[in-house]
Amino acid sequence: MEKQVILNATQLELTLKRLSHELIETHGNFENTILIGLQPRGIHVATRLKIILETILGRAVQAGNLDITFHRDDFRRRETPLLPSITNIDFSIENKRIILIDDVLFTGRTIRAGLDALLTFGRPSQVQLLTLIDRRLSRDLPIQADYIGKKVDTLSTERVAVEWQDMEGQDQVLLFSKAANETAQR
Amino acid sequence: MKQLSVDHLTGIVDLTRQDIELILETAARFKEVINRPIKKVPSLRDITVANVFFENSTRTRLSFELAQKRLSADVVNFSAASSSVKKGETLVDTVNNILAMKVDMVVMRHPNPGAAKFLSQKIKAKVVNAGDGTHEHPTQALLDAFSIQEKLGTVEGKKVVIVGDILHSRVALSNIYCLQKLGAEVMVCGPSTLIPKYIHQLGVRVSHNLREALEWCDVANMLRIQLERQDIAYFPSLREYSLLFGLDLNLLDSLSKEIIVMHPGPINRGVEISSDVADSKQSIILDQVENGVAVRMAVIYLLAAKIER
Repeated sequence: MEKQVILNATQLELTLKRLSHELIETHGNFENTILIGLQPRGIHVATRLKIILETILGRAVQAGNLDITFHRDDFRRRETPLLPSITNIDFSIENKRIILIDDVLFTGRTIRAGLDALLTFGRPSQVQLLTLIDRRLSRDLPIQADYIGKKVDTLSTERVAVEWQDMEGQDQVLLFSKAANETAQR
Repeated sequence: MKQLSVDHLTGIVDLTRQDIELILETAARFKEVINRPIKKVPSLRDITVANVFFENSTRTRLSFELAQKRLSADVVNFSAASSSVKKGETLVDTVNNILAMKVDMVVMRHPNPGAAKFLSQKIKAKVVNAGDGTHEHPTQALLDAFSIQEKLGTVEGKKVVIVGDILHSRVALSNIYCLQKLGAEVMVCGPSTLIPKYIHQLGVRVSHNLREALEWCDVANMLRIQLERQDIAYFPSLREYSLLFGLDLNLLDSLSKEIIVMHPGPINRGVEISSDVADSKQSIILDQVENGVAVRMAVIYLLAAKIER
């Protein structure tokens, strides 16, 4: 596996700040807007954005985590069952503006499940999608993000990993691809 | 990733501690689901489940059916009273006829101990035991453990006394296995005629004095006297049983610590437990019922994951 840094810590921080400003442009002081991070990895993006937004706005921003396991379309198509993470949405989303947040947008299937899961909590007035990394040209479903940290062109055999200081020890976004000789051997 | 070590849930005796913990952890997620405005997830929309009940049940059957519907499974119900069993059909034939209609999972209650295990060896579908005679009632034990964990944070190291008709109780046997696997200490308490002779082989304590048992425990699970299963008189009268082994508020309040009171239902108010105890804040009887749906969703979800496509 070859490893390539797509965003280092400084670039990642800059991207998150830019995204926060983009959000404020559309959502003002977040009076009627809620951030929803998708489990398991989107919640870290949401947490960081919430901190930055609260610093800029000087007020609390409402946020929650959403697990989509039970709404996925690959139940029983895998060797082992899909095990859920925690959902904490202990507020009403009725008539709110929701920003769904994930770290990597790839096939779009997670977001499809996320929309279904979200709507079991009520009827928001609007749902937008924010992704830190958009692996464009790899979509299985007609889903696009409203806010994008960085677009990357990748092969489906490659893997994008977003790492965080409090999880993996360093803020960075990595692209793993098979080395040329590995591909040749196959 | 983790999955269950078994293909059927016929008894707690077959489960590992990891299995039980996986079920309880998944159940916690489902409990959150059933408290949403829309209490339903689409996971099992291509699964059909048959609830086959050869014995009466209200709560368990309703609980299973709700669990299945909230997972979006298709559900068919079958009860012995209105079935061809009365016409002389065997258990395996009855179930195979149901399975011929493309059913993936069977939830069965049957008066004979071992019926679920027997069925699981004879048919292709997944089997969930919803009570087999005086043998096991695994989902009840799982929901009891879930309720204890929810209330006390953990089951490990807790002391649980099961009071009443241990001899005829499938709830007692499943609870003993489940609680012990999770690291709890178990005591049974009741008149000596209703305590099985070799119960100590299961590693449980035995007491014939309710006050002594309650002073020892953190949780008291009060069982119903199952008169329908008692072929002879095991004690002189219900009144005497109630005086010696019934829990009332005077006794509960006189204990040196606050304990949790559970009951698998249906309650005989005034026999094993008085009304004021059943409705007291120490009672988690209705929490048990709510948790039952979440736990059964978890069991069905995890077993359904093992159904081949």
